Amino acid sequence: MGQAYSAGLAVNESTILRKERILPLKGKVLVTKGTKVKGEDVIAETLLPGKVLPFNLANKLGVTPSQLEKYIKIKAGDKITKKTILAENAGFLGLGIFRSEVHSPIEGEVENISAVTGQVLLREPRIPVQVKAFMDGIVTKVLPDEGVVIENKSAYIQGIFGIGDETIGEIKVLVETPDEELDAGKIDESCKGKIIVAGSFIPYHVIDSAIKHGAIAIITGGIDDQDIKKLLGYDIGVAITGHENIGLTIICTEGFGKITMAKKTFDLLKKYDGHKASVHGHTQIRAGVIRPEIIIPLDFEEDELISKEAALPVLEIGTLIRIIRQPHFGSIARVTALPEELTKVESETLVRVLEAEFEDGTRLMLPRANVEVIET
Amino acid sequence: MQYDEKRLTRIVATDCGSTTTKAILIEYVDGEYRQTIRGEAPTTVEAPLNDVTKGVINATQEMEELARLMYKNPNIKFMENGEFIIPRKGDIGVDAYVSTSSAGGGLQMMVTGVVASMTGESAERAALGAGAIVMDLISSNDKRMNHEKIERIRHLRPDMILMAGGEDGGTIKHVVEMAELVSGADPKPRLGSAYKLPVIFAGNKEAIGEIKNTLAEKVNLILAENIRPKLETENLGPARDKIHDIFMEHVMQQAPGYNKLMEWTQGPDHKRVPIMPTPAAVGNIMQTIAKNDNIEVVGVDIGGATTDVFSVFTDEYIFNRTVSANLGMSYSISNVLASSGLANIMRWVPFDLDESELRNMIKNKMIRPTTIPSLLEELVLEQAIAKEALRLAFEQHKEFASGLKGMQRQRDISEAFSQSTSGATIVNLMTLDLLVGSGGVLSHAPRRHQTVMMLIDAFLPEGITHLAVDSIFMMPHLGVLSEINAKAATEVFRKDCMVYLGSCVAPVGKGKYGKPALYAKLELPDGSTFEEDIPFGEVRLIPCAGGQIAKATLKTHGSLILDENKAKELSVDLHGGQVGIVLDTRGRRPFTLPADKTIRIQYLKKWMREFKAYPENILV
Repeated sequence: MGQAYSAGLAVNESTILRKERILPLKGKVLVTKGTKVKGEDVIAETLLPGKVLPFNLANKLGVTPSQLEKYIKIKAGDKITKKTILAENAGFLGLGIFRSEVHSPIEGEVENISAVTGQVLLREPRIPVQVKAFMDGIVTKVLPDEGVVIENKSAYIQGIFGIGDETIGEIKVLVETPDEELDAGKIDESCKGKIIVAGSFIPYHVIDSAIKHGAIAIITGGIDDQDIKKLLGYDIGVAITGHENIGLTIICTEGFGKITMAKKTFDLLKKYDGHKASVHGHTQIRAGVIRPEIIIPLDFEEDELISKEAALPVLEIGTLIRIIRQPHFGSIARVTALPEELTKVESETLVRVLEAEFEDGTRLMLPRANVEVIET
Repeated sequence: MQYDEKRLTRIVATDCGSTTTKAILIEYVDGEYRQTIRGEAPTTVEAPLNDVTKGVINATQEMEELARLMYKNPNIKFMENGEFIIPRKGDIGVDAYVSTSSAGGGLQMMVTGVVASMTGESAERAALGAGAIVMDLISSNDKRMNHEKIERIRHLRPDMILMAGGEDGGTIKHVVEMAELVSGADPKPRLGSAYKLPVIFAGNKEAIGEIKNTLAEKVNLILAENIRPKLETENLGPARDKIHDIFMEHVMQQAPGYNKLMEWTQGPDHKRVPIMPTPAAVGNIMQTIAKNDNIEVVGVDIGGATTDVFSVFTDEYIFNRTVSANLGMSYSISNVLASSGLANIMRWVPFDLDESELRNMIKNKMIRPTTIPSLLEELVLEQAIAKEALRLAFEQHKEFASGLKGMQRQRDISEAFSQSTSGATIVNLMTLDLLVGSGGVLSHAPRRHQTVMMLIDAFLPEGITHLAVDSIFMMPHLGVLSEINAKAATEVFRKDCMVYLGSCVAPVGKGKYGKPALYAKLELPDGSTFEEDIPFGEVRLIPCAGGQIAKATLKTHGSLILDENKAKELSVDLHGGQVGIVLDTRGRRPFTLPADKTIRIQYLKKWMREFKAYPENILV
């Protein structure tokens, strides 16, 4: 049966992080190996090709594509402005009567001219793109023309689902306990530029208030599906997110509905209340799993930067687990037995199960697929 | 290359899926091929392990351990130093290792054509048939502006592009125009930045010179025979073969660990056996079965992210495959809700649920895709969602599996479609012989009765149809196995892969609930007889084991008919199966559920009870 449980989301007091920061196309790397960078620093930049505009010049001029050659004034690679004449005909009997000119509709350059279709491809000027470091740290590797690898020591939390892009700010915990639902009254001017932390839930009107007060991100245990729909204006069909533009980034640590934030996650955020953090809501559940991240950079020495070898977490007696499906969704328990044989659960599904003990001492059998390992 | 049973006595086949690598062992025992052991492990194509072969080793090691237990022989070994030992020598090694793959999102393609419903559709059919997901079809006559098409091409980052367009001697201008758009977009491949994007041109052969001028510098241009040399001829084979070659040579090379995996897959003489895209392998085995048994087949594979539907219809065994890329039971479950609407899902649920709770529950399944329903209510709900996902995927398939558009004559070449009207679907449920389900929700349903209920409610088979399920999703393995031993593949398919569930008899036509619909007399092999004049709007399940036959006399009432000849009376042999024979008088064309919720719930419970789908406590 192999491993029938989820790897679980990382919640670490202190871990060595390694992030590749790569340009979308080759360009210029602005830092060198060993440079200490802040999350806000630009580390590489490039120029993306501009938009291409197909333009049927032969039609505009009223000639056939094969005739175009006689009248064209440009060649591939030429720079053009809106004043550039792309083609002109000599007019009636070459006398200049009814002479017509076709000007370029854009600024940029000529990409291609086709004698088959009479179409020219015009390209708008290149678009500058910059890549920031995103997290404070040290450049440990430069990938020439492509980007860098940045490493640091951080307190690190993975969310289960998020929306919105990368942002950097100070953590501001607005609730006392992880099961508290965030109240609108707690949102005020002091939230401007902050990453605010809710407990088990944040309703739509409170999110709205946070956006209006200039908060840059929200970290919450749970969120309502319909509230996300209201925020985005559409329903998320497949969980590939991160590029939404709703005014802030939202990171959900547990799931949909009201779910108490895991104590360890909450305690870590509370501990670093007021500290700088880098966060993003990028989520991709399928093929190349990406989860939202909360990175709280810590002080470190360079010789500490040795990351642990990647390995799948192990489910064994004593492992701390979180239940990730009804019933008992969100509860934390410890594994007390791992029976080998397949067991029938209420839905009559035959599954591999485990026995787990909850904090109050009660023990239950649960499908292994419905728990995740909490890495300690 | 085919090898006989002397050279192939023990074969390992794996399917490297997006999440799980499934391995099976096929052995030649007592004069026949059987699937004996299976193992599985998480696929390791992504970080942190970044090497697909690790998952293959883990799954194979699990099989090794199980083989030692089963044969009480501690010496059995398939691998050494993390590699297969080929050929087998006694307890050590295997004679062949073959594999399919859909890891890393499978093969993702973009296709272009001049007219979307003609050359565009042919290109789409070729790509789908080769096992790809078609990310977009771009054509001269689609509604987008040219600059929007360029943006789209640039944004998609497919694994390869298939360009069709123009019959031979037809338009050059429009074909070149599409090439100019591709060139303007300067598309980059999805995986790896060190190689040029493969673009297959399979259009008007007279445009080849211009296509080379336009594209040769920017992309890796590959030429194939025209996919639509004449309006009334479709020639998909050469383009499909090119797609497979490029999948192996370029795309797979970029995925972590595949270089090694490609060296591993070989026969007893160390000749390479190409890795196949998973859906292409499933298509292979379905066509083999249809041809061997001379039957029409529909197969479905419902996964977490996508649902594939395969069909083989008509005397020419025309094969079609569609992928509904966003219909699935975990990653895409939320999209099933968005596509079908809440009401369509709830029409299959025999109890009330709070809407907001239900929506959050579905979203939670999406973000934690590997969880399984442990509560009965959750299972009923997931199976209701499955019915809708299957229904929607099958609707898309029926629309796509059509005759060639733009012509009306019948053709005799093997890959063109015979048709009476241009563009009509060739999927005919009345003539369909076998409906095969596979994928977690169907293959692993706690009761096979639930599988029967889901297949019938989603596909609405008509007349008499045999139902089956792929026991452990073995079809991909057998599809690629057929490349080296077709006999082994078909033997294992019949004996170990297919679980025959039974037959469904469903008269077609309208009726009124409670009025007489079908008189059925079944003489069962145990000597007993079932006899009833069944009213409209009912379901009956008569147990009849696999391999057994019930002699049936069927007579319909009113306008209901039993086969394509509109017969109202039939004496037939009905095949049994693990579940039995279902007599379904709920009507077809249309099939409707009672509009009133209270009445609907009453009927749902009644049918579920008849199907023996769920325990009694949830149906009271």
